[in-house]
Formats: sequence, structure tokens, C-alpha cells
Amino acid sequence: MADTAFVRDKMLAPQKAPSSEVGALRWMRENLFSGPLNTILTLAALYFVYVIVATIGPWLSRSVWNASTLQECRAIVEASFGEGKKGACFAVINERWQQIIFGFYPRDLYWRPTLTMVLMLVALGPVLFTWVPRKLLWFSFAFPAVAFWLLWGGTVWLPVAILLAFGVAYAAYRVLTPVNGLLGIVAAIIAPILYWLYLCAPLANVLETALPFGLRTLQSHEFGGFLLSSVIGVSGIAFSLPLGILLALGRQSDLFVVKTTCVAFIEGFRGVPLITLLFVASLLLNYFLPPGTEFDVILRVIIMVTIFSAAYMAEVVRGGLAALPRGQYEAADALGLDYWQAQRLIIMPQALKVSIPGIVGNFIGLFKDTTLVSFISLQDPLQLVASIRANQEWNGIYWELFIFVGLLFFAFCFPMSRYSMYLERKLKTDHR
Amino acid sequence: MKKSVLFGTMAAAAVVAGAAGAGTLEDVIARGELNCGSNAGLAGFSAPDANGVYQGFDVAFCRAIAAAVLGDPMKVKVIPLSSETRFTALAAGEVDMLARTSTWTYSRDNDLKLDFVGVNYYDGQGFMVKKSLGVSSAKELDGATVCIQTGTTTELNLADYFKSNGMTYEPVPLKDNAEAEQQYTAGACDVYTTDASGLAATRATFADASEHVLLPEIISKEPLALVVRHGDNQWADIVKWTFNALLTAEELGITSTNVDEMAAAPGVNPEINRLLGTEGELGAMMGLSKDWAVKAIKAGGNYGEIFEANIGASTSIGLARGLNALWTQGGLQYSPPFR
Repeated sequence: MADTAFVRDKMLAPQKAPSSEVGALRWMRENLFSGPLNTILTLAALYFVYVIVATIGPWLSRSVWNASTLQECRAIVEASFGEGKKGACFAVINERWQQIIFGFYPRDLYWRPTLTMVLMLVALGPVLFTWVPRKLLWFSFAFPAVAFWLLWGGTVWLPVAILLAFGVAYAAYRVLTPVNGLLGIVAAIIAPILYWLYLCAPLANVLETALPFGLRTLQSHEFGGFLLSSVIGVSGIAFSLPLGILLALGRQSDLFVVKTTCVAFIEGFRGVPLITLLFVASLLLNYFLPPGTEFDVILRVIIMVTIFSAAYMAEVVRGGLAALPRGQYEAADALGLDYWQAQRLIIMPQALKVSIPGIVGNFIGLFKDTTLVSFISLQDPLQLVASIRANQEWNGIYWELFIFVGLLFFAFCFPMSRYSMYLERKLKTDHR
Repeated sequence: MKKSVLFGTMAAAAVVAGAAGAGTLEDVIARGELNCGSNAGLAGFSAPDANGVYQGFDVAFCRAIAAAVLGDPMKVKVIPLSSETRFTALAAGEVDMLARTSTWTYSRDNDLKLDFVGVNYYDGQGFMVKKSLGVSSAKELDGATVCIQTGTTTELNLADYFKSNGMTYEPVPLKDNAEAEQQYTAGACDVYTTDASGLAATRATFADASEHVLLPEIISKEPLALVVRHGDNQWADIVKWTFNALLTAEELGITSTNVDEMAAAPGVNPEINRLLGTEGELGAMMGLSKDWAVKAIKAGGNYGEIFEANIGASTSIGLARGLNALWTQGGLQYSPPFR
């Protein structure tokens, strides 16, 4: 009678999942201790992290920020933490950080590189982000001349006269294009070169006499440290991309002369180590140029770095071009676009999108390669570190300075890499 | 960038390279600045201070020569050069002279077409070891690992020394003093060898300086000299005799503090008078002003003052004069007479 099977008429209250299946515990079990091998690896890694922290942590925590010599640093550490204890001596950064950043740039003129840096960010805005007003592109275009004037000083009219060349080119193009289209393009290239060679400097002189306005002129040897790295790195980056694109297009050209020149250029410069080019820039050119020629060494280095980087850039862009299906080119032709229109509207936007990681990788590499200039006796941050250490006060100090320089470079390279990822996400149009 | 750049580049195609320029003296005067090649950083000899101005024993001679030629010791552009680039930079005209702890050797003088005009520091190669190693002589270093800087004469001396004593060693080649210092303290090598002055300067920076000893053997002659290009004798003479003037000044007791007073009027000692230009026309013979030596001495003092201020016993480097004492005090520093 009463052997009816048990029937539950009430819902059980939901129970919590077993503790091994939720939260941190589950995550650890799945990710850290999922098997004997992984368990061993995890423990080894934990020990490794512990050793690093246990070594560096106390050293960092005992850092000294105010002292005038390394000996004083050591004395302070021993006085406050006991005999034989070691601590970081960041006092050297405190005393010399300006030198690592600005090199031997005169102290009272630090505002010039600082202002240049701020203006650079403004100039980069419209290039990097589409929501920035397009009008600002004009400023980005003029920025190299502004930066040159701010950093090196001299009369304001020289950069103005140099910029006027673009006006000259435009005028030549407008006047001659109605006569003959090809003539217009040729004139737009030749007119500014002639202008730079023969008119630019006299014009600047005339303007300077009429309306003198300028900043104190600085020599290139006063540049150094991170300022030097940024000047070389940023100019190299800015100039090598357009040059690299042109070289990549030239390499694909059907015109024999153009193609051969571009291939020879790319392979020639890619086949030579950067350090060789730098030695050519600093030493060999002196033998070839007539004695007494003032050919600024930083300018020489920028040219070499740009050429070197452009050769690499060309190959990266060529990779992007090769990734485009043939149909894209044919579609452009079918629409009746001419060569430049096709490149601008159809080919390049796609090819460059594909090449973003490669291009940015090149940029970062180029930026870090600027430390190589220490071999030709320019004062890059690492060279300055060596110089600072040669002072009796700071001789024997290593890690503190290297950490500082490392952080500076990281502060530049990390945003570059993040921006490239942002750009890739933004431009992603496929459905993978 | 400037007109001269563009014109220069174009002219380079037309003008045959190697066209002889004007004399170095004219170049320096026209430029208004002396380009002096030195170390980017070698304790006591050349290093930028917190304001970015180069200081040191070698730099002091650059300044003296700039003062003699241009009248202002600060009109020097110190160009830091590495061991590898220094002689090329001098030959290419990038610098007017070197004061960069460069050893005067036969092949550098003849093969590289350089002129070594004045030995501003007589050095010799020594060894530094940790006290705990229990070594008291370089003869006991058989089989040791040795830290050496590449591209220097010390590398070759070391090979010679060990070979002639029938010993073997394991070299640890390093780029510069900073790297060597670090490797030595980290224990990568038993012995660090370089010029004795460099060893003393390095040891001075160790937290445990007393744990390291310099071995008594000095295995080479390292006359560190001022260097100019071969072929410009006038310029070589200027550098040589400005250096000699500093030596003679020490010998005659002329210092940066009393030089003005002594140069104000001719004194009783005719050599002082000739040197300071109160008698005769010695400066004009080299194409310099009458009081060139006065300016040179005022720049950083006489040889002894320069030595004491930068590397002498009162500094942390604490080098003794030793071979660099004047000949009158048992050293080798000897200037020909000013006559």
C-alpha cells in the first residue's frame, strides 16, 4: 500500500556548483595544474617569478633619489637599511635625466624640443585619427619645416622659403598642364628642385634682411640623447613610408628603367648593414666632399636611415600588393581609372591595410636602430649613459640608467604597436 | 638644409676628391672653433659633466690649444670618438687633433700617416685581480681568464707577454671600459688588464675597492700622445709647443694664478719672458699671437695643475705622478727649451 515510489513534489533549492568547478579554483585547475607536466612547469615558473621579485624588489625598494655621488648613495643605503645592503641609486637619473633626454641641448632652450614634441602630436592627430578635423592636415604637412626651425633655430625665412617650393610646383603644374599633361607633371618636379638650388637661399636672405626674425642657431653636436633618437627615428619613419611605397610601385612597373632602378636600389640597400651606411655617412662622405663643406651629420644620418628603411618598407608594401587578387586591378581598369587613381582609390588602401603589422614592425625596428648612431660618435641615449658613467661621481652605475633608457624607448614603441592593433581592428572588413 | 650642403654635394661630383684644403690653423681660425677628438667617457680623462660640458685631463689640453689659437678655452667642440673611429676621423678632417689616450706606436705613426706630437701621459699596461685569488705577481696568472678591450694595444701586449713567459690565458674580449668593468665585477674573468691609469680609475669606483689589487708588473710602454694629421707641420708645431709650454710653465713655476702677474711686465728670468711673450716674438714664428702661451696656461693651468685637478692624488682616481713627473723630479716629462 504505502509502497508508492517516492515522488518529489517540491523543487530542490539550486545548489552552488562544486568549489572545484567555479571561480579561481577551476581556472587554476584548468590552466595551471591540468596535468603533471603543467603542474611542474607552473611551479617552476612561480619559483622563477619569486626569485626575480625577491632579487629586484628589495633593491628597488631601497632606492635613493637624492645624492650627488654613487658613494653617497651607497652610504645612504647602508645607513638606513644596514651594513652590506644594496639599493638602487636613482639619484643619477634625478641629476642627469635632462641630459639623457635632451643631450647637450642648452638648458634655457629646452622649451624648443618640448614644444616641437607637442606640435608633433598635433601634427600626427589628423594622420592617425579620422575624427580629427581634416583642415589640420595642412599643419601636418608644414610640420617638418616648423620642427626643423624650432630645433636647429636660425632664421624663420629659410623653412618658409623651402615650403614655398610646393607653391612653385603647384603653380608650374597649373600653368603648364593645359599646354601638355606630361609637361605639367615634369615641370612640377623640376621647378621646385631648380627653385631649391638657385632661389631658395637668396630669397631667405632677402626676407631675413627685410624682416629679421629667428631663433638662436644650434649645432648638431648639441643634439643628443632621446631627442636625437626621436629626430632620427621620426624623420626616418615619416620619409621612409612614402619612399617605400614609391619603390614598391616602381618595382612592379612595366617600364624597364624604373623597374631596374628600383630593384637595384632596394636590393642594394637591403644587402648592406645599417652600420655600414652610417659609417659611410659619417666618415666616407668627408673624403668625397670638398674640404670645408658643411654637411650636417644628423642630416646625413637621417638620409641614410631613411634610404635603408625605405628599402625594407618597399618589400613590406610589395607583400601587401601581392596579396591583392588580380581581379582588383582588373576592376580598377574596367572602371576606367587611370594608374594613379587606381592606386589611390583601390589598390593602396587594401595593400596598406594588409601590410600594417609589417610596416609598424619596421617602424619600431627603425626607432630602436637609432641607437646604432653611437658607433659614429653621435650621442644616443646609450652613449650618454656611458659618458655619464665616466664621471667619477657615477662611475660603476649600470642598471638604473639602463632601466631609465629602456622605459623611454618602451614609452615610444608600445603606443606605436597599440595604435597598429587599433588600426587593424578599425579597418577590418572581412568576416573571418 | 643649407645652401652649402646642396652646392657642396653637387660640387663633389665635379671637384676631384682630396683637393688639399688650407692649413689646419687657417681652418680652425675661420671656423672659430677647435674640433678636438676625445673619449666619449673615460673617467678622469674625458667625460661630460652635469651641464654637458666635457671635462678631464685630455680635454684640458684641447682647451689649452684652443686658448692659444683662438684666445678662448671654451671654443672647443669635443667630438667623442670610439677606439675604432678615432684615427679615421682625424684623417678625414672631422677633427683637428686627438687628445684621446692614443698610444704612440711605430705603425700608427708611419702606416696610418699620423703625427704624435706630445706625450701627455706615460702609461703602462697593468693587471687588476681580486684579492681573494691570492695572486701577487702577473707571473702566476697562467691559465687565467682575462678581460681585455678590443681594438687597443693592450690586446696585443697581453698576447706578447703571456707568450714570452710561456703561459696561456683565456681572453674575454670586450668593447669598452664600462663593459669590462661590469664583466670583471660579475666574475666573468679573473683578471682585468688595461692601462694602469684606467685600472686605478676603475678600482676607485668599486664599492669594495680594497678587495682588488693591482699587480706590480707593468708589461708595456703606453705613451699616450696628442695626435695630428701627417703633413701639416705648422699645426703639428702649434700643438706640440703649446703642450711644451704647459710643461715649461710647471718647470718655471708659472701657474694659472700667477701667470697674469708674470706676463704683465718682463721679469728677471729671460726664458719666462720669452715664453710669456714679454720678450721676443716666439708666438709669431708659429703664426700665433704674442701671448699665446699666457692664454694656454690660463685655460687650465700648467701641466702639473691639469694633472692634479683631473687625475691627481686629490681626486678619487688618485694617480701618482710617477713617470709623468717633470724630468727634474725623476719623471719623463721634458720640454725642449723656449729659445
